Amino acid sequence: MRLYADSAKCSGCRACMVACSLNLFQESNPKKASLNLIPHFPAPGVYEMKVCTQCGDCAAVCPTEAIKLNERGAYYVDFAECNLCEACVPECPEDVMFVRAELANAAWKCDLCGDCVSVCGTSALWIDN
Amino acid sequence: MNGYGGTILRVNLTDGKITKEPTPAQLARDFIGGRGFGIYFLFKEVPKHVDALGPENKLIISTGPLSGMLAPGGGKCDWTTKSPLTGGYADASMGGHFTAEMKYAGLDTIILEGISPKPVYLFIDNDKIQLLDAAAFWGKGAIDVEVELKHKYGEEYQVAAIGPGGENQVLYACINHDYGRQAGRGGVGAVMGSKKVKAIVLHGTKSVVVADPENYHKAGLALYKACKDAEGLAEWSRYGTTVVTSWCNEVGALPTRNFSAGSFEGIDQINGQAMRKEIVITDKGCFGCPSPCGKYSNMKRYNTQVEGPEYETIGLMGSNLGIADIQVVGEANRLADDMGIDSISAGSCIAWAMECYEKGILTKADTDGLELKFGNADAVFTLIKKIGHREGKLGELLALGVNRASQQVGQGSEKFAIHVKGMEQSAYATHNATAMLLAYMTCDVGAHHNRSWAITYDLQVGREKVVPEKVARIIWLQNFRPMFDVMGSCRLQWVELGIDRDLYVPLLEAITGVKRTWQDLEAVGNRIWTLTRMYWLRENDGFDRQWDLPSPRFYTEPPKTGATAGQITKFEDVQRLLDMYYEQRGWDSHGLPTPATLDTLNLTALVA
Ligand code: SF4
Ligand code: SF4
Ligand code: SF4
Repeated sequence: MRLYADSAKCSGCRACMVACSLNLFQESNPKKASLNLIPHFPAPGVYEMKVCTQCGDCAAVCPTEAIKLNERGAYYVDFAECNLCEACVPECPEDVMFVRAELANAAWKCDLCGDCVSVCGTSALWIDN
Repeated sequence: MNGYGGTILRVNLTDGKITKEPTPAQLARDFIGGRGFGIYFLFKEVPKHVDALGPENKLIISTGPLSGMLAPGGGKCDWTTKSPLTGGYADASMGGHFTAEMKYAGLDTIILEGISPKPVYLFIDNDKIQLLDAAAFWGKGAIDVEVELKHKYGEEYQVAAIGPGGENQVLYACINHDYGRQAGRGGVGAVMGSKKVKAIVLHGTKSVVVADPENYHKAGLALYKACKDAEGLAEWSRYGTTVVTSWCNEVGALPTRNFSAGSFEGIDQINGQAMRKEIVITDKGCFGCPSPCGKYSNMKRYNTQVEGPEYETIGLMGSNLGIADIQVVGEANRLADDMGIDSISAGSCIAWAMECYEKGILTKADTDGLELKFGNADAVFTLIKKIGHREGKLGELLALGVNRASQQVGQGSEKFAIHVKGMEQSAYATHNATAMLLAYMTCDVGAHHNRSWAITYDLQVGREKVVPEKVARIIWLQNFRPMFDVMGSCRLQWVELGIDRDLYVPLLEAITGVKRTWQDLEAVGNRIWTLTRMYWLRENDGFDRQWDLPSPRFYTEPPKTGATAGQITKFEDVQRLLDMYYEQRGWDSHGLPTPATLDTLNLTALVA
């Protein structure tokens, strides 16, 4: 299972990002979300969503094995074991592996909680195999 | 403080001093946020009778407790000031992503004071706050400036900027953000321009603390679920506010040729369907919005893009100018955005000038040679730029707004200047729609539809009927609807999707820790409403019921064509509406809140 995004349907609202930060950190802060929204304005005028494909590349390079599989079959960061080395970040083909020491003392990524899908009003997000 | 950024930021532009104060807990309790904070600071801190474009006026930008949170449409902030257009109270609500960013920077309110000796922009990156030189941006269009500032700082930074219209203090200049969202009405952009602030750049990464995280999560998700389950979601998201265009045409409410009619023969070329088919490229929502009304468009003929046009712009810059071409409306909208002038007021001013021209009151000598006939697209494009730059005789005249312009020109043109209290009427023709007419007459910024929207209600109960229930309905809407501007969220999920407003009660409580029912919230709304009224009469000697009268067009000139042909509201009914309204509000026959009313609302000390 993984998260999918149809950028053409996205309206750039960032509700998914608030929901995501709330799930991961119990905080409202879209800067701490595991999805990424890249607006291209004023031209051509499209939104681009980046989501985790659960490819596992980040987990493969993590020296402390902090990126593990959860019961949903998704890779998640075990915050206690992450040492902020940033090895995972350049490995991610989708740019959705995050390390921002000023914001959190561990790396974070999508753990497939599904809250983003629940709040997206344009059905731009869904979970499937 | 739960649910708040916690800080009031004060920027004195005259001496460059930047100070912070904690947001007073009592202020949060009594006025909640947004427009509540705005009128509180305006009333308390801005001295009586100041020049709206002088150093003593302030521009007050406020978020609310729902701003930036897991709340549908929690992307609204409120810009309050003394209006240079009307000389009274003004607040403009702006969507997009600015308010969330402000909250994440820890700010509930930003107060701009004084006048900068040179053009600057305010740069806020969490606790790093600076005034930076804006010489390189001064003179540029609002869209270009946003592009440049985003390029300089990155996508995570949010920008609000004025265009030439604000710099030149066009009295209805607006503030632009997110390539198409505006703090639109009342001249807030002119005030920003008078202070020589070209833009505000914001970046915030702080989390907002809430009182009850678990119930916050639950209540937030419940609201999103209600929006997503709403029957009207697909239709609304497809057309946004343009969903009403054809309907307004059918019922004779679509402003046409300077409100001389309410139906337009070119409707099929400018309605929501035409827009969707010809120009829309993507939906565009404000922060946290599950039901995006924003439509982003590409006008192939001009090779330009704009967010919009939304219904108001289609009304005022389409049918009201006799323009039957959605690409022209889109391009006019883009020009107005880039100039940084309110498309509603600008459309109304141009329509008035066109009527003057067709009646021979203005001639080519007055229009710098423009053939100012209804339907002339090129003249409209030229004139929008002239207004923004205050260029030429007509650009200078129309920059003053339709009320002042018509007084200058005279010759009976005042009778078809469509405004209340100096603010141009938004896009509902009210020849025979008495509830909506009263809504415009008594709206606390001038003739704007945001506080109460009652045109469907008029049709339900009988449009010409003048009864106490109608008046009560308007008062209820005026107390209740602006509470969304207080909480910092959008009202359209309630208005358009019809979600249960009680769903907001547990959310607001979980965020702030304060339990408030809608009854409590309406009481706050009533208090704020009365305070804005007191501001009008504080600022204007001799303020009385004359100020609440609508444009004579609606009670003297029945439209010749369309669904409302032959219909007007009788002048005695206009007066009866006011009598009933004042009585129900506890105001005297001049429209002034009585001492007893002020006392009941606990306002006596504040207004003393
Ligand atoms: S975060 Fe990136 S690298 Fe890791 S599983 Fe997701 S897509 Fe793959
Ligand atoms: S919630 Fe949906 S529409 Fe909003 S930003 Fe996320 S993917 Fe886009
Ligand atoms: S409905 Fe429109 S104005 Fe309201 S939050 Fe959504 S996009 Fe913004």
